[in-house]
Amino acid sequence: MFPPAIKGGELTPRANKVSKLLDLGYNGHLESSGEGVTTVNLKVNGETRNLGEIDPQTPLLWALRDELKLVGAKFGCGISQCGACTVLVDGQAVKSCSYPVSAVGDGQVTTIEGLAGNDGELNAVQSAWVDLDVAQCGYCQAGQIMAAEALLRANSSPGDDDIDQAMASNLCRCGTYIRIREAVKMAAAMRQSAEAADAAE
Amino acid sequence: MSTLNYADIGDVVPRVTGERAALDETVDLRIGKLDRRQFLKLTGLVGGGLMLSFSTPRALANAAALQPNGYIKIDATGIVLYAKNPEIGQGVKTSLPMIVAEELDAAWEDVEVVQSAIDQGLYGAQFAGGSMSIPMNWDALRRSGAAARAMLVEAAAKHWGVEADSLSTKDSHVVHAASGRKLKYTELATQAAAMPVPDPRSLTLKKRDQFRLLGKRITGVDNRALVRGEPLFGIDQTLPGMKYAVYQKCPAIGGKVRSANLEEIKGMPGVNDAFILDGNGNAMELLPGVAIIADNTFAAIKAKRALKVEWDESDASKDSWSHAKAEAERLTNESGPAVVDTGDVDAAFASSGKRTSGFYTYHFVSHATLEPQNCTAWFKDGALDLWAPTQTPGQGIGSAAKVVGISPSKVTLHQLRCGGGFGRRLYNDFTTEAAAIAKRAGVPIKLQWTREDDMAYDLYRAGGFHQMDGSVDDDGKITGWRDRFITFTNDGRRPVSGGGLGAGVFPAGLVDNVRVEQTALPWKNRCAAWRAPGSNVFGFVVQGFLDELAHLAGRDPLEVLLEVLGEPRQMGRRGMHTGRAAGVVRLAAKQAGWGRELPHGHGLGVAFYYSHAGHIAEVAEVSVDDDKRVKVHKVTVAADVGPIVNLSGAENQMQGSVVDGLSTMMGLSVTFENGRVEQSNFDQYPMLRMPSTPDVAVHFVDSDYPPTGLGEPALPPLAPAVCNAIFAACGHRIRTLPISEEGFSLA
Repeated sequence: MFPPAIKGGELTPRANKVSKLLDLGYNGHLESSGEGVTTVNLKVNGETRNLGEIDPQTPLLWALRDELKLVGAKFGCGISQCGACTVLVDGQAVKSCSYPVSAVGDGQVTTIEGLAGNDGELNAVQSAWVDLDVAQCGYCQAGQIMAAEALLRANSSPGDDDIDQAMASNLCRCGTYIRIREAVKMAAAMRQSAEAADAAE
Repeated sequence: MSTLNYADIGDVVPRVTGERAALDETVDLRIGKLDRRQFLKLTGLVGGGLMLSFSTPRALANAAALQPNGYIKIDATGIVLYAKNPEIGQGVKTSLPMIVAEELDAAWEDVEVVQSAIDQGLYGAQFAGGSMSIPMNWDALRRSGAAARAMLVEAAAKHWGVEADSLSTKDSHVVHAASGRKLKYTELATQAAAMPVPDPRSLTLKKRDQFRLLGKRITGVDNRALVRGEPLFGIDQTLPGMKYAVYQKCPAIGGKVRSANLEEIKGMPGVNDAFILDGNGNAMELLPGVAIIADNTFAAIKAKRALKVEWDESDASKDSWSHAKAEAERLTNESGPAVVDTGDVDAAFASSGKRTSGFYTYHFVSHATLEPQNCTAWFKDGALDLWAPTQTPGQGIGSAAKVVGISPSKVTLHQLRCGGGFGRRLYNDFTTEAAAIAKRAGVPIKLQWTREDDMAYDLYRAGGFHQMDGSVDDDGKITGWRDRFITFTNDGRRPVSGGGLGAGVFPAGLVDNVRVEQTALPWKNRCAAWRAPGSNVFGFVVQGFLDELAHLAGRDPLEVLLEVLGEPRQMGRRGMHTGRAAGVVRLAAKQAGWGRELPHGHGLGVAFYYSHAGHIAEVAEVSVDDDKRVKVHKVTVAADVGPIVNLSGAENQMQGSVVDGLSTMMGLSVTFENGRVEQSNFDQYPMLRMPSTPDVAVHFVDSDYPPTGLGEPALPPLAPAVCNAIFAACGHRIRTLPISEEGFSLA
């Protein structure tokens, strides 16, 4: 059948909760310093960042992009359909466009800016994307890379069906799916050989 | 600065000068079905543009750096190559500098690529459209690289006191083989800068077998920054003190603002201002609407949701797909004005053994660039700066200057990577809106369209209807072909861009008796170029109907296609070469195993289409189950576009064109009722996802023709190849796009 539209929210328990909060017009039981405003600290890429006073409904995407100037995650649809905004919360891929910043709580947010090592060295997924020249326009690729990162953290040697399923919630308008699939496999192999090297030491 | 509106599009015919003629000799300026005059007007090429793009730009004054033209800067610190045209995913930020580096003999790893400024005096036309970047710049870029190389060689000859012709160049070095000495380009830059810039026409360029870089797989120059999430795109720009803007236009295009709850909106948290803009009367530039300025994007979007506008819809669109379809069905019973009329179709129909007919339909579609339209603008001290993801920066400058009321010389447009183009960003309505809002705001603003804005105010690929009639004789040869085409017009005078058939449409010139008629229905919603304009739908119709006639004759469709192409010859100055066409058809068929025995329920389909100077054939293998679920197993693509610049980029464009073509033909449509677009986001516009992606095999013909672009021409053959394969698999002839309208879905 034609790929089904993904109606709202996420498949993960966390995201289901978030989606309900959005449906209810969630405006925060967190400490509020004014009408529709709260103070939020966000753990992003290993640092705690103070967002100051912010509308608690603000999607994580806009908090990252507008307030923290972490613009790697992209705005595509605003309704969890395209995956351009994908980031990790506690290692799970979430659509940050539909995820209220106040729902992150103590969760650890990882964005694409946080993938490379401290020395700037690209990680396996990033390297595979460069080596295979995956991108065309490149706009979706931050989301694709984060979805691939989440997959490989959960499944170190995914098969074609695993990859297709994990990546099905990320659209690429340019149609680079063939290369994305290959890059995920290459990244998996790179991670495995790195682990084997670590184990041998 | 040229501008585009309904009234004047296509009216200006560029004067042909000696320089123009020279360019045309080098480059075949075929622009697919997008009318040539429209295209030149749109891209600002009217007047001197083409001359400038051909001439090697003036040397830039800089004593310490070798800068013989706008593409190269070499100094002691390194080699910088400038990429002149917008990067929209077609790969030109990598491929254009590769052409320079080849003739310069620079090692690619020594090169830093920088996006150039918009300076059409220096670079000639700067735009991304029509798959034109490679063919229009190939010669000038080669000569630019060769000129700098010659100056470096001259400098080294003077330095060593040897003859220039005793020197060679390789990997960013000048080498004196006789003495074993060599010098880096970076070491020679200052001396080379003092050498006279050679006449570009005097330079000897490499032969193809001397290429070291071209034809190799090179990863995109922005890839490392992309995978780190660096701010490359228009949407990523941030300025100090910047505010965030949204703009609400009438849901039925053409409506004007009567009143709005501006005071209520201004009182919302985080909102700074809200005001009405009247529009400037040009639907391609500034439509009437309400602007909201806020502290952040979310506050702006929330305020937009709370906005209540009373619209005056007296002049607004009443467009209706269902009415248009009914009208088209009625009109196809009557004869219309002919754009092609060769031989005598009626006589052919009357005397031929077999006849068939079919009514072909395709819906409107949206560009749906994944990056919604946006533009950052700052109007300060009578000057305007724009940070914009646009395909036509020159035209964007012109429209912005007009709406703000300043000279184009006071507008600076910073060109940024575009998150997809597909033709959408040839039109600068979003940059013009940003300019108008910035003028009023007095602070830097980023105008952000939501996805809903993007789908509601696109410049759509027009739908269309074709009543096809054809005949074959007792020998199975096609004798007559009639296409009664019903299209749309925005201006009431000519078809929308990408919605007009021309004299060169297939199979004019290939079949004896051909009549193509064209009638346009008035339409308010803006329609314009969408990847491979015209070709992306005409390919489906003509290659599908050709397959119908082959089956009517009881013959192999491949054999009939090759018979129709006939003897190798050039079809007019800008048409296809039938020998190159047959070459790719044979190659695709051979690679796909045409004629082999297939599993039950499988079918192979072949299609060829010529557009944007590219000859491309595709063979699809599909299977169809009893519930009309289609699985596309493999698509084999064969292309003849001359020498390949970047093999990785070229192959990526082919793979992407197949996926885009499949995505669009399977399930994408935009429909209109009561003037309004009925789809608002991706949940109603289901683009293809990874699990449905077929295998794609790409084969390039190694030919010596001048290289041409690859952003578009691989898309048109995809839909007919798949539809013809579906017929072969299950006997159902598809005549409607998307095919979901006929009950098909992807397995």
